[in-house]
Amino acid sequence: MKTTLTQLEQDIINQYQKGLPLCSTPYKAIAQALNSSEEEVLSAIQALDNAGILSRVGAVFNHKKAGSSTLAALAVPEAELDSIAEIVNQFDHVNHNYGREHGYNLWFVVTASDEQALIEVIAKIEQLTGYPVLVLPMEKSYHIDLAFNINFAESPRGCH
Amino acid sequence: MSNYTSPHNLQLSSLERQFVLLTQSGLPIVAQPYQYVAEQLQITEADVLAMTTDLKERGIIRRIAAVPNHYKLGYRYNGMTVWDVEDEYVSEFGQAVGRLPFVSHCYLRPRHLPQWNYNLFAMVHGKTTQEVQQYRTQIKDLLINVLQVRNDDSDHGIKLMTNDILTSTEILKKTGLRLKR
Repeated sequence: MKTTLTQLEQDIINQYQKGLPLCSTPYKAIAQALNSSEEEVLSAIQALDNAGILSRVGAVFNHKKAGSSTLAALAVPEAELDSIAEIVNQFDHVNHNYGREHGYNLWFVVTASDEQALIEVIAKIEQLTGYPVLVLPMEKSYHIDLAFNINFAESPRGCH
Repeated sequence: MSNYTSPHNLQLSSLERQFVLLTQSGLPIVAQPYQYVAEQLQITEADVLAMTTDLKERGIIRRIAAVPNHYKLGYRYNGMTVWDVEDEYVSEFGQAVGRLPFVSHCYLRPRHLPQWNYNLFAMVHGKTTQEVQQYRTQIKDLLINVLQVRNDDSDHGIKLMTNDILTSTEILKKTGLRLKR
């Protein structure tokens, strides 16, 4: 089990979660920037990947360009939360679903090929759950990147 | 030089579609990952690099990156902070909140009065619930003069607050957006 990250591993995560250099040998470029070698960078990334600390090295899609999507919420009795969540999760159109502490206690993202399809999915969710869906599409983004700075100083030791 | 030409719209060409399918769940960790993609797609590495640049410019992919699993890094708590910001100030102050280093998304969304009066959403992440609460306080300090104070909607028995935080209790589903085969 991996418990602490090397400085190189920390630097790779914080600097390259925002994108790899777009060139033939990106790990060589990273090595140059971090004062390391291509072999060390490759083995560090491999170790992070093996430990599940990286979910992948790959493409990150722009949800907004993938069709029509919205944040949505349901207010359901606590006792029904799991069964209602199961109904919502059945939809391939739902890619996130979180239980949250609030009157609106089920929060999910619905994505469809276009707006009409999105409206239809939401209507179907309302019909199957019996509760009105609060529909909160993004009108404007004030922050475009999902990467945030990782604070390793306070990392708990037991990363599993 | 690359022979790659862009279709100039949001539609994906057949080659781009193959590229997306090949790269979305991860690239092999090898010295020349784009060469690997090139071999799979039977095009040149220069074409793969040009296509990647083009897909980024068209906004279809944000980046090709080392994507961390925040949960594994100790970020077990997320809080969706929501704010009722006066409309005339929401753009300026939304951008200020979006610049805070611990905010991962900051969006303007519609209100649905009377049951939902919040128009600004800022997602924060922390390793403890205290950390998440502290971030909420920092955002509140920033927004304190532009929050809308509303009378309670007594007809509906709803108490309208200027802000709230919705902490996650459980992840019920989480799959990254994927192009279907």
